[in-house]
Amino acid sequence: MTGAQMSSPAPALDDILVASKVTMRFGGLVANKDVDFAIPRRGIVSLIGPNGAGKTTFFNQLTGMLEPTSGDIAFNGSSLVGLTPHEIVELGVARTFQNIRLFGDMTTLENVMVGRHVRMHAHWWNSVLRTPHTRIEETATRDRARELLDIVGLPHRYEEEWARNLPYGDQRRLEIARALASDPKLLLLDEPTAGMNPAETGRTTELISQLREQLGLSILLIEHDMKVVMGVSERITVLDYGEKIAEGDPEEIRANPRVIEAYLGKQATSA
Amino acid sequence: MTRRFASRAVWVGVVAGLAVWHMSLVGLVDSFQNRPILTDILSLGETLPLAGIVIAGAWAARPLLAGGLGRPTPAQALMAGAIAGAATGAMLAVLSFFILVLKPNGMLIHATPKLVNDLRFFQDAALGTLVQVGGGLLLGTAAASLNLVQRVARRALVWGVLLVLLFGIMNTFVTQILRNLPLKWLSTFLYRGDGLTIPGAVLLFAVTAALVAGWMLRGTQVRAGYAALPNASRQTTKIAAFILLAALILILPQILGVFLSDVITNVGLFVLLGLGLNIVVGFAGLLDLGYVAFYALGIYSIAVLTSPASPAFHPQLNFWLAVPIVMVIGGVTGIIIGAPVLRLRGDYLAIVTLGFGEIARIIFLSDWMTPYVGGAQGIQQIPAPTINLLGLALEFRKPQDIYYPILVACILAALAAWSFQRSRVGRAWTAMREDETVAEATGVNTTVYKLMAFSMGATFGAVAGAFYAAKIGVVFPQNLDILISINALALIILGGMGSITGVIVGAFMLVGLPGLLREFAEYQLLIFGAVLVAMMLFRPEGLIPNRSRRAELHEEEGESGPEGADGGGGPGEQPPGDRQPHPMEKPASGLALEAVAVSTRLGDRS
Repeated sequence: MTGAQMSSPAPALDDILVASKVTMRFGGLVANKDVDFAIPRRGIVSLIGPNGAGKTTFFNQLTGMLEPTSGDIAFNGSSLVGLTPHEIVELGVARTFQNIRLFGDMTTLENVMVGRHVRMHAHWWNSVLRTPHTRIEETATRDRARELLDIVGLPHRYEEEWARNLPYGDQRRLEIARALASDPKLLLLDEPTAGMNPAETGRTTELISQLREQLGLSILLIEHDMKVVMGVSERITVLDYGEKIAEGDPEEIRANPRVIEAYLGKQATSA
Repeated sequence: MTRRFASRAVWVGVVAGLAVWHMSLVGLVDSFQNRPILTDILSLGETLPLAGIVIAGAWAARPLLAGGLGRPTPAQALMAGAIAGAATGAMLAVLSFFILVLKPNGMLIHATPKLVNDLRFFQDAALGTLVQVGGGLLLGTAAASLNLVQRVARRALVWGVLLVLLFGIMNTFVTQILRNLPLKWLSTFLYRGDGLTIPGAVLLFAVTAALVAGWMLRGTQVRAGYAALPNASRQTTKIAAFILLAALILILPQILGVFLSDVITNVGLFVLLGLGLNIVVGFAGLLDLGYVAFYALGIYSIAVLTSPASPAFHPQLNFWLAVPIVMVIGGVTGIIIGAPVLRLRGDYLAIVTLGFGEIARIIFLSDWMTPYVGGAQGIQQIPAPTINLLGLALEFRKPQDIYYPILVACILAALAAWSFQRSRVGRAWTAMREDETVAEATGVNTTVYKLMAFSMGATFGAVAGAFYAAKIGVVFPQNLDILISINALALIILGGMGSITGVIVGAFMLVGLPGLLREFAEYQLLIFGAVLVAMMLFRPEGLIPNRSRRAELHEEEGESGPEGADGGGGPGEQPPGDRQPHPMEKPASGLALEAVAVSTRLGDRS
């Protein structure tokens, strides 16, 4: 387990991910415009903004599902632009999805084991022949998957259950476990508490902080729930109409008139 | 309630009647008037309308809703059966008059007075009609009463009757097998002429019914007793069962005789094809309709490599040496064909691969390739595989011999498919089938894994082709049509997508059964079509489904997930967008939970 001994968040000395002047155009629509953005190592950073502000588009560029029209994204100093999603996973960036997208017809354990794909080495010929080395790798993967289910707090009785039969909150946890299975250095969570009740939201918030402590992760959140955002993030970036309109710690964002305007309209600021 | 049962009974009766109309007008009823099931008592031709009535009667007395809701009272059940049976009988009467009055035999060549005679069970107009309607009423009532007797008795009765019918239809094969065993005395006891004797039928019925009833009453005890055995003796039992099964499989061709061995080797070839296509379609979710291309490739590769009659290039390799080469050729071609269609999904992929299948056939037929593969003449003199065992040369050409190499190939292929399924590669394929975008975002290189699936599937297909060529000894491009692709795909669907046992069962159903029913060759496609439609209606997940497909298609039947201890959702809570089970399909106690689940879900969305 990498960085399991980390007891307190290390001071953010450098940035694990730096996006500079990222622009994404779909025809005439500008979804992201000149966004500069950085995630400090072992930091928890949030990306917020009203619906349609371009948060998920930005996310998709970080994970290689979209290629920015212009600008650059560097992860640990090397550019992610032009890489395929699986190559980016291999470098150490993992994500979850806003609308849960598990492999519904695979078991809970299998979902996590798929997540470990990039850290396994068995080729097709190993798979057919079931060489001793492959079997050892399979067992290790299974054990690691169980560990991860423990970490995100899913009970063992779920292991052989179809992923789509899991309760909603647990499906979100499973998505996180699947993302963690690739041993990421940076975890991108797209609205991890969407659709959760307050109790579940509370537990997820705890989990996010705990993941950073336990696994030494850097985490980027997209989130609508302000309580979560303010509670867990060290730095918040606000997007509106594709542009970055504010950046700062929770207190600064709370007081920023442009943010209030973006969320509540102009009258709210003038009132 | 009574009215609803009555109106449904009429419907069921009319539908069953239409089915019998159809069977009569295509000639099934009349053609098999002289084909006995029970010698001198019941012919196959007579069985068909009777079966229509019985099924209608039994069906009409079923509960109105799935899951046992709307169960009829005994009186209602009998009434429904009577109505349905009488309605079917009335349909027969209508057809009889229709044929006699309109004389439509210019267009419907089987609609002859002779058919009317059959349908009236050889009575005159008045008595015949009475027999049709009255007999239908009685038989329908009797069939409906099946729903009233205990489950054990019902099952035993139904299975007994079905087995008698089966033995009656399969007389030639049963006789043949009994003679090979050798149990000739049993076959003379069971059969006289082409049909079963009365004592034979009674014996078959009694034995089957007793076995079914015995298993239903004592089955759990037997299983519990087995489970209670110490580990060592269970192990011994397992090994003994395995040895017994292996021995049976080994001597099978000797028991079956030449014709049935030929059928079973064909089944084996389609098992190979099916296992390969199952990797592409079942595991990786890529709908490939041009699979015959790889089969053709295997056939032609082995022909060119081994036959002395190969037109241009004839290295005359040994079969066993040629097979690995064929596998490599297949695998590489799979990649070449897979590469241009990588970006296509679902229906689009299906259409393009369909084209590839046709292209393969046309290329092998073309003038361009004729100097190398013989064009329409094909390639002949493909040698049979041989083995030199301690100076004893074995040649595998006859169905009873080629059975063994094909069996070994099937076992190896099944093991390979099984290993794939439980490996890193298999999981990546499944993930890709479930959601390609997410699989990629989870780290699966979908390009590589798609090509790998195509390549593996192609290898299996080419091997199947190699064995086919070795079995028949000649190749003609005419045989390599789209029907092979369709058959391979249909057997996967029939058996259960993604399931290895399903492929084997599907191959037996789809290739083995038509082989057995060659007596009815004229009606083979008709029966085949009806069976496929029925399968897809009543068991869409296939006969032996992959565990997940089953869960997917039957989740409303009480498949419930673990319940979150935190109250996060009820049983069967699903991601938004999935089909919701209809509340009526659940028992009443489930309704409250369902309501909780629905309300949580509504909360989730806001």
